[in-house]
Amino acid sequence: MPMQPLTVETLSAGYGQAAILRGLNLTVPTGRITAIVGANACGKSTLLRCMSRLLKPEQGQVLLDGRAIHRTPPRELARRLGLLPQTPLAPGGITVADLVSHGRHPHKGLLARWSAEDDRAVARALTATRTDTLADRDLDALSGGQRQRVWIAMALAQETDVLLLDEPTTYLDINHQIEVLDLLVDLNRDRQTTIVMVLHDLNLAARYADTLVAMKNGAIHAAGPPQEVLTEATVEQAFGLPCRIIPDPTSGKPMVLPLGRHNTTESSAA
Amino acid sequence: MSDIALSAAMTLARSRHRRLLWLGVAVLVLAGAGVLSVSLGTRDVDWRDIVAGATGTTDTLARAVVAVRVPRTVMAALAGAALGLAGAVMQGVTRNPLADPGILGVNAGAAMAVVIGMAWFGMATLTGYIWAAIAGAALTAAFVYAIGSVGRGGATPLKLALAGTATMVATSSFTTAIILPRNDIAGGVQAWQVGGVGGASFDVIAPCLPFLAVGAALSLMSARSLNLLALGDDAAAALGARVAWARAGAALGAVLLCGAATAACGPLIFVGLVVPHLCRLLVGADYRWLLPFSALLGAALLIGTDVLARLLARPSELDVGIVTAFVGAPVFIWIVRQRRVREL
Repeated sequence: MPMQPLTVETLSAGYGQAAILRGLNLTVPTGRITAIVGANACGKSTLLRCMSRLLKPEQGQVLLDGRAIHRTPPRELARRLGLLPQTPLAPGGITVADLVSHGRHPHKGLLARWSAEDDRAVARALTATRTDTLADRDLDALSGGQRQRVWIAMALAQETDVLLLDEPTTYLDINHQIEVLDLLVDLNRDRQTTIVMVLHDLNLAARYADTLVAMKNGAIHAAGPPQEVLTEATVEQAFGLPCRIIPDPTSGKPMVLPLGRHNTTESSAA
Repeated sequence: MSDIALSAAMTLARSRHRRLLWLGVAVLVLAGAGVLSVSLGTRDVDWRDIVAGATGTTDTLARAVVAVRVPRTVMAALAGAALGLAGAVMQGVTRNPLADPGILGVNAGAAMAVVIGMAWFGMATLTGYIWAAIAGAALTAAFVYAIGSVGRGGATPLKLALAGTATMVATSSFTTAIILPRNDIAGGVQAWQVGGVGGASFDVIAPCLPFLAVGAALSLMSARSLNLLALGDDAAAALGARVAWARAGAALGAVLLCGAATAACGPLIFVGLVVPHLCRLLVGADYRWLLPFSALLGAALLIGTDVLARLLARPSELDVGIVTAFVGAPVFIWIVRQRRVREL
């Protein structure tokens, strides 16, 4: 996996007239886990969409291996870079095995038949996500946590060096959130997959990411190891939320305790 | 590890075997419908006459009847296959369980274009009808999709069905308005407009074939793209699909199929809606199976309803378009009520 990192260069993008990202620069560390955090509408998802070719930048570019991804043929890019959207749609009546096998699409030519290697890749993805026992179940019949593991399995079957995830823990119970994030760490360690995810929960982001990227108003406010990024000042500036930061007793990573107007012994104006 | 590879492969193989079984059943059903269609009708004939009539002998009345029924059956098979396939493609392209060349107004638009051609431009050849029908179908499809996409949430199933139905009513009314003052063409147009395969001959079928072939090829080639589009545009793009091109190619295939079928048989509705849903129950959501199945069972359904149309009103016969509407309407209601009307 000798490659130049995923790099965002002076990227500006938006929808129609409204520019959401303005001249943004970012280098994603190869083989690490990066979490993008920020308040609603700060441009997190827009950045992820640009990084995965779903949205065309107005200015600037995104480079993978020194090549602009918007000028890479889609199927070729899809063999290098995968994306799990926030709310993918499940076709009615599809089985887990059938859904996961869609992940092999970029590896097959127009007329290529399903190969033994495709079978092995699907099996690896099912094993890694512990969905192998669900293989012939109907996707509609699964719980939210199981379903999310199946979607991740589909992205794994794609066998890309880089995997982007847009809020992979949304709508999940806390136990399933941890399950999904643990799974991503396994993936990162076992396959050295570079992972970039948008996360809402700052504490989980600090615990699971090697690099935190805090965004504000379409620009990067701070980026670096969680210990450096997650400070009381940064959280207050990026989210407009006063808080205390303490070391997470289970991981030693920084942990955010928000100060609201009620039910705290110190006032939020402190 | 290899055990799991094996079990995943077996899961995929099992569903493959089940689908192959259903494929055999579908072929048998189609063959049975074909035989019934040639032998039953206002006058029943036995198998000796069928063999003789099919080889072109018309020396007895029964054999002459067969010689008429064979092209009629072929026409019903082609139109049914075209509409079943087009319906499945439209449901995939729009991710809409209610999509159907009839409900989305595409066939009515094709029909309006044909009637305009007849009434205002003196068009009288089938090839002319086909081109007019395809142009009408394409314009209506683009119009309905544009109207249905306006506003929040894009082209939701409900908005598309409403836009399509409104367009169907509007174009049908306009078509009627064109025909009413024109006694000279009214009779011919009326029989054509209800939808029928009764007058089919190989002279009618031949000019449709190239359009049907290209439409079918484009549609079947879209199967993998439609599988990806079913996961949502973002997921499809992330898996390497060119979303806009995939949609346009598949839609063009469906429009060619609808245009040619409408030019030959008039605007038939519900075939494209009913058949893909039935096939989904049998072979699942994979378009690589769903598309050929929809073509096979579409053909069988239209042949079957044509036989029914002949038997119901003996010694006269009904136009098949009337019977498909009667068969299709309850299924439409069933889909709306039974399955949550959601994006496919």
